[in-house]
Amino acid sequence: MPTRTDPARIRNFCIIAHIDHGKSTLADRMLEYTGVVDERSMRKQYLDRMDIERERGITIKSQAVRLPWRVAGDEYVLNLIDTPGHVDFSYEVSRSLAACEGAVLLVDAAQGIEAQTLANLYLAIDNNLNVIPVLNKIDLPAAEPQKYAEEIAHVLGGSPDDVLQVSAKTGEGVRALLDEIVAQVPPPEGDPEAPARALIFDSVYDTYRGVVTYVRMIDGYLGSRERVLMMSTKATHDTLEVGVISPEPKATDGLGVGEVGYLITGVKDVRQSKVGDTVTLARHGADKALPGYQEAKPMVFAGLYPVDGDEYALLREALDKLRLNDASLAYEPETSAALGFGFRCGFLGLLHMEIVRERLERESDLTLISTAPNVVYRVELDDGGTHEVTNPSEFPDGKVETVYEPVVRATVLLPSDYIGAVMELCQGKRGTLLGMEYLSPERVEIRYTLPLAEIIFDFYDQLKSRTRGYASLDYEPAGDQAADLVRVDILLHGQQVDAFSAIVHRDQAYGYGVEMTKRLRKLIPRQQFEVPIQASIGSRVIARENVRALRKDVLAKCYGGDISRKRKLLEKQREGKRRMKMVGSVEIPQEAFIAALSSDDAGADRKK
Amino acid sequence: MPNPPPDGEPAPRDGSLPASAIDGVGGRPFGVYVHVPFCVKRCGYCDFNTYTAEELGGGGSRREYADVAVDELRLARRVLGDVDLPTATVFFGGGTPTLLPPADLARVLAAVRDEFGLAPGAEVTTEANPDSVDADSLGALRAAGFTRVSFGMQSAVPHVLRVLDRTHDPERVPEAVRWAREAGFDGVNLDLIYGTPGESADDWQQSLHAALALDPGHVSAYSLVVEDGTRLAARVRRGEVPAPDDDVLADRYLQADETLERAGYHWYEVSNWARTEEERSRHNQLYWSGADWWGVGPGAHSHVGGTRWWNVRHPSAYAARLASGRSPAAAREVLDADARRTERVMLAVRMAGGMPLSELDRAARDRATRAVAEGLADPAAHDAGRLALTVRGRLLADALVRDLLVSSG
Repeated sequence: MPTRTDPARIRNFCIIAHIDHGKSTLADRMLEYTGVVDERSMRKQYLDRMDIERERGITIKSQAVRLPWRVAGDEYVLNLIDTPGHVDFSYEVSRSLAACEGAVLLVDAAQGIEAQTLANLYLAIDNNLNVIPVLNKIDLPAAEPQKYAEEIAHVLGGSPDDVLQVSAKTGEGVRALLDEIVAQVPPPEGDPEAPARALIFDSVYDTYRGVVTYVRMIDGYLGSRERVLMMSTKATHDTLEVGVISPEPKATDGLGVGEVGYLITGVKDVRQSKVGDTVTLARHGADKALPGYQEAKPMVFAGLYPVDGDEYALLREALDKLRLNDASLAYEPETSAALGFGFRCGFLGLLHMEIVRERLERESDLTLISTAPNVVYRVELDDGGTHEVTNPSEFPDGKVETVYEPVVRATVLLPSDYIGAVMELCQGKRGTLLGMEYLSPERVEIRYTLPLAEIIFDFYDQLKSRTRGYASLDYEPAGDQAADLVRVDILLHGQQVDAFSAIVHRDQAYGYGVEMTKRLRKLIPRQQFEVPIQASIGSRVIARENVRALRKDVLAKCYGGDISRKRKLLEKQREGKRRMKMVGSVEIPQEAFIAALSSDDAGADRKK
Repeated sequence: MPNPPPDGEPAPRDGSLPASAIDGVGGRPFGVYVHVPFCVKRCGYCDFNTYTAEELGGGGSRREYADVAVDELRLARRVLGDVDLPTATVFFGGGTPTLLPPADLARVLAAVRDEFGLAPGAEVTTEANPDSVDADSLGALRAAGFTRVSFGMQSAVPHVLRVLDRTHDPERVPEAVRWAREAGFDGVNLDLIYGTPGESADDWQQSLHAALALDPGHVSAYSLVVEDGTRLAARVRRGEVPAPDDDVLADRYLQADETLERAGYHWYEVSNWARTEEERSRHNQLYWSGADWWGVGPGAHSHVGGTRWWNVRHPSAYAARLASGRSPAAAREVLDADARRTERVMLAVRMAGGMPLSELDRAARDRATRAVAEGLADPAAHDAGRLALTVRGRLLADALVRDLLVSSG
């Protein structure tokens, strides 16, 4: 049982890579070569446990694994801390990085560095991590290791010759990389005599064991039977078990300086054990928490509704369950005239929203509709009051002094041929150029300030289509800005449909109105009367379409042989009619709402 | 097979009916429908149960048809028991009944008379293709006891008939009508179809005028329905002909109603107009009023006292069932109160007589009252206690029926 490993023999590292650049394959190979997992029980992407992660090839929740490695006759302990790779989870990434002394920068030798990798690399450098640059997939015919080694050297400083070359697939160079990790990553430093301080870098709910908290010990020692204090919440818990992962959890007597492991206290909710928080002892504990803790703050909001109204209670249960494992998920009940009872949910970003929705549907067998996602607006009123608007239909009607919208600092990496196209896109999305830098003669980094609302609309799809898929995007929150925003409502037969209200820039209001009214005209079945569809700002109509009145709805023949069939058809239609949503006197099939809300524009960058 | 039959429960081998159905037989009007499932060729829009081969095997061929149908009539008598059950109406439909020799049709009609007897003044109709009759055959049918003939005229315009795959020459229709008159038929109906791809408003007007010029007692006008599985559906899918447009069909219906009403014909069901009440199809009214009828022939539907059943569809399977002494019923359904009410509403609302408001519950009555305000229901009828549709209401009858059913379901 490993306990109190000499910190000099510990190396804590992570792998920074863009999706598809082979991080999981490399991790698999490391598990195999260090003998932690034998080849036969090797499951592809061992560390990515959730089905969705495996299917999407992404890491949602980070994990850690302890790898033994021998160099020149000496035993070392390598702790690989796996990090999420997506911008939505950049805070979790930053905490994972804070738990390491070194990072492997893994870049596809056929594609070069990508914007997200670059962003995480800067984070790693800011955290004083020792970065080991590695080109992967050198076995590919399209690999250009020399070219991309130069690019990496340009970004990192140093020589292209310092860039290691591996193939995670064939295993070539992986042993050498493990040796380099021992050689280059500094051992952890901490005060073994100081009060215990451990950084929480992940927190996962397990049905059988409750919350499993992943920690990196900074100072002191944490035994298996202690009363611990979570420094941000001031909550105390008794540890029931501490241990390390190799690759399954193994209980130990305790964790010493520099070690990476887990602790279990029996709490049932990850919000009691938050990523970034510091664990110390309840008695004689540390006075000062580790730096960098932040509350997870939802950036993107959307309404989630069960397609079948009877599933509302199930949805609530499913959300309650999911929250045990996802501290950043926020939700509260909401009622929509169009969609019935549901929840307004807050997410870290669009991918987070997609994942939450998919997990709700998959794990609780629900079918959900979501409204178009929106950001949070801060509205200052004439009378000095302030409103936080997370649902467009709550955007105040009059007396608005100023509206503030969140903005992000976006970084786009792209081939230099597309600079014009990308700048045009960013200008069209109300962006402000911050700067531009050539990484190599062919590749450019452009930085813009952009409204987050534009990014979650269709920015990513357009970026990809204008650069033939070559551009990559990263962004981070950068405060907010005042903007000329208006609420556009959609009215059916004079009745506002709350699910379709949107807050858009005044210049784009007309376009939104025309687009939505046209789309709805195609989706709303003809009624016994004419149905005007209007888009309006306040009382001013900016776009209008008509669904012409239905004139014929009768079967020509109803003779002896037709009666049974026609009755059954009517019975079926009657059931369908009961499931119709009523907006005033207009009957709208659920499917029309779903189709209107699940257009290409909503949930744009799910493919990221 | 286009338009599969509805699902039902298995029917007893001997064709016996539940007590709920047998109860009251003889107290309700009774009719016989005879389905003759043969045609020279299948028209592109047709999804009826009909066959073009001369030989079908297993006793299912055209020449053996009359004997098998007579067998089923004997079975019908056994099932319904010995009660006095004079037949008020007999209707031979198809297919093309007149593809059979008049003697075969006469033999089947004679069996109806032998088993059940014909009520005084019984209405005996056959459908006929203008191509498949002549003066002699019509004379023979009249002599055998047929009183009414319904011609599948469809259109008077050659290019419309071509799209419908109808083989007859439009000139043949006046001739056939004249022969029928000469043979002494009192009732002549002309069937018309509107909304055929390529048919203009003028074409339709021409067909209506051509029909009226023949002075029939009765006209049926049906909008063309592109049924799944038909050749026409395939042509529409391939984009060779446009699908009928509902707005155009609505216009054509209004045009037909106006033309027919002006010529002295009155609607009595969504797709049916007659000059006088006596000239209405009594047989079809039997279907719409919940009366009893026995449907003879492959795929034929029957209804007795709230039990509906339908025969196996293929003539050979049908013949084999009867040859082995079994009922040809494929399946049946015994209607519960809710199903009966649904049928009652959906059938009554389609007729000029309409639906007594007293039979509707409060929510449905409110809907009926709103229908007056919307111009869908007749105000005078409403004040007289009935929901009766206006011409616009007829075009939206199914939508209104759904409203009535949902509000009271």
